[in-house]
Amino acid sequence: MTKGRLIGWIAGVLILIALPPILQAFNQPFYIDLVRRIMILAIAAVSLNLILGYGGMVSFGHAAYIGIGAYAVGILGFYGFFNGWLHLLVAMVASAIVALAIGAVSIRTSGIYFIMITLAFTQMLYYLGISVAEYGGDDGMRLKRRSQLGIADLNDPIQFYYLALVVMLIAVYLTYRIVNSRFGLVLRASKSNEARSRAIGFSPYPYRLVAFVIAGAMCGLAGALYGNHTNYITPSLMSWQQSGDIMFMVILGGMASTAGPVLGTFALLLLESFLAGWTEHWQVILGPLLILSVIFFRRGLAGIFYKPDA
Amino acid sequence: MLEVRSLVKTFGALRATDGIDLDVREGETHAIIGPNGAGKTTFIGQLAGNLRPDSGRITFAGEDVTGLGAPQRARRGLARSFQITSIYPEFSALHNVALAVQAQSGHSFRFWSAALKESSLLDPAQKILDEVGLGSRSRVLAANLSHGEQRQLEVAMALATRPRLLLLDEPMAGMGIEESQRMIGFLGTLKQRHTIVLVEHDMDAVFKLADRISVLVYGRLIASGEPEAIRANPEVRAAYLGEDA
Amino acid sequence: MTFALVFEQLLNGLQYGVMLFLMAAGLTLVLGIMNFVNLAHGSFYMVGAYLTVAATRWSGSYLIGLAAGILGTLLVGILSEVIALRKLYERDHLDQVLATFGLILFFNELVAIIWGRAALFASPPSWLSGHINLFTGSRYPMFRMAILGVGLVVALGLWYVVTRTRLGMLIRAGATNRTMVAALGVNIRLLYTIVFGVGAALAGFAGLLAGPIYNVQPGMGELILIQVFVVIVIGGIGSVRGALVGAVIVGIVDTLGRAFLKPLMATIMSAPAAENAGPALASMLIYLLMAAVLAFRPQGLFPARGT
Repeated sequence: MTKGRLIGWIAGVLILIALPPILQAFNQPFYIDLVRRIMILAIAAVSLNLILGYGGMVSFGHAAYIGIGAYAVGILGFYGFFNGWLHLLVAMVASAIVALAIGAVSIRTSGIYFIMITLAFTQMLYYLGISVAEYGGDDGMRLKRRSQLGIADLNDPIQFYYLALVVMLIAVYLTYRIVNSRFGLVLRASKSNEARSRAIGFSPYPYRLVAFVIAGAMCGLAGALYGNHTNYITPSLMSWQQSGDIMFMVILGGMASTAGPVLGTFALLLLESFLAGWTEHWQVILGPLLILSVIFFRRGLAGIFYKPDA
Repeated sequence: MLEVRSLVKTFGALRATDGIDLDVREGETHAIIGPNGAGKTTFIGQLAGNLRPDSGRITFAGEDVTGLGAPQRARRGLARSFQITSIYPEFSALHNVALAVQAQSGHSFRFWSAALKESSLLDPAQKILDEVGLGSRSRVLAANLSHGEQRQLEVAMALATRPRLLLLDEPMAGMGIEESQRMIGFLGTLKQRHTIVLVEHDMDAVFKLADRISVLVYGRLIASGEPEAIRANPEVRAAYLGEDA
Repeated sequence: MTFALVFEQLLNGLQYGVMLFLMAAGLTLVLGIMNFVNLAHGSFYMVGAYLTVAATRWSGSYLIGLAAGILGTLLVGILSEVIALRKLYERDHLDQVLATFGLILFFNELVAIIWGRAALFASPPSWLSGHINLFTGSRYPMFRMAILGVGLVVALGLWYVVTRTRLGMLIRAGATNRTMVAALGVNIRLLYTIVFGVGAALAGFAGLLAGPIYNVQPGMGELILIQVFVVIVIGGIGSVRGALVGAVIVGIVDTLGRAFLKPLMATIMSAPAAENAGPALASMLIYLLMAAVLAFRPQGLFPARGT
């Protein structure tokens, strides 16, 4: 990573660290929650960036793993298990298993088929979530109690905030290392030129599948945190609108870059929050804005600041 | 080294490969020539594993590879370069070749250390680029290389996979006279150490480099033998070379 | 579970299949010819339903409502294509997915602004709201029967246009080789706009037919759209025939599944377990079917493109 980017990251992290005390001083606790929500969803965006930005796999069903992670927390709590570490473990393992199943079938296809298939499978999970009345069905379920993690009390908004920040940074760093490792290079090479990759001896399928599983697990982790954040778990967490939102976070920020998904998440959610404050019908403005951003704004925000990773 | 028996490939009503038998001996440079549309690229595609033949058998180094895909064949030492340049435009020339080196050095399920800094990948890559004549351009982004340099990079990547057989599909396509001469010179040195199947239109290169030539017309091999015999062959002259060759 | 009941559900399945087909036909052609992923196809479905309801109420005549629904959606489709979407033909699928996703947000909210978020009540015209007697002895709603008939007519009409007219020939050629058709000097822009507009109109038509049966509300299009994707994946991209076969299969499997899986499962497990498992499995059925088809024929049953 170049010096310039590193400085940018450090500056950003320092700002995020300083925010809660500043916001508290100005008596604006709402924004602490908002930024916390953004950081948690940024983890999901980072995970999608791995397979979408670097891997070229347009998975339209990524929100499924947010749902799985959140429901893991909810369902375990339903049966009286509140150990946060158990929650996180189950969230990630369940997500990984589902990702393995969906990926094994979907990754054999490509292009339009892949998009539609990942979308369809996620929808299937969504309907599954709705139809199981036990866990609230359509209406969802309230968390009995937040996850109990020894290191931070999730009921304290500020502690939860810093936990989310740390997890986000870990996710970003892990992805950074993966993407520059041999594994990541095969993924990127397969996206860049699949025929060439096959000709030198790479079979893309196993690498893509593993990446898909990793991304699923990471997103499941985000889901577990998100469930704790909202304290209320509904199937709409897995809706395809949510999947589309995450994709926009990745694209807006600039694909195949480390900072991209984080920047994109901040941009999109801050924009949504701003517009929602204006009018209840903010989507009628956001929609065309998104269309315009796709038509004109090809490389995303990260592309404005610096050249893409090589 | 390479044995092809009764290879057939049809696309609808078109028999692009119409029962080809071919032998490539170890160490030889075997050229395949023929008019456009003769099915050369289809044939190469089946040799490399990009296309599945409808019937027939391909044996490489004693092993039946007909059912294997391109990655498996590449790992067994059957390397190809593409007629239409196929490289990684957003990576540097060095990294392009390094990726080819990586493909041949075991599995790539390593998730932590930075591959683009590994000297075990970069050093061999640089050496190959030096051999090919691109040594000084190794840090240049592949997309920014000239067309001729990209063709050289194609060959370099094929070389980096430590091949036992090189399938070169029109390596000189689109090159100017000087660049072609340089490439011919380079291929001349490659000849000593590798078995090569060379598809080319450039007759100068073919007659300079080939030990044996096979002529492909409408999906069939109409002649196969030493260059002089091919030059003199009346059918070949009629179909392809023209009377003045 | 009498034969009459099964037969009635079979008819329901066919009727649902007809609506899926109307949407799938347009979508698969747009995908096949223009290589354009249009997530907002469901929005046209919704627009058709709303325009018909609004026009019928305003004019008092269902036929006027019908015309407004079809022509209105055609217009909306053409406008969308000309104003925004045609700039995206050369872009990759990801960009198209994102842009049309934005379009969905726009249309859903626009509809909510104009008509509110609550579901609208749409009723079939009085001359179609009766029942007819089936040979099984039970009665079946005339409106649903009419949908079946209409679907058949449209399917025949599409078949005729696609296989017997010059336009259809261009469409089929375009589905197999887009660049070739453009190179032949055909006015590609016009062809694209026509195909897109007709596709939208078909979706709108499906929407207005759906109005009296399902809910007319913002977001109604997306619910059915994903099933339309399943239809296309099963049937094969670019193929109207595939869309028809896929739609019938999905329509019947989904409807019969929802109707009979729960009672069927209650015979092998306890009633409360079947209460959850039945609907859960039923809703997953067509996706499992899609996965099964993909395992054997990743290109779908009747792909328009060759190898």
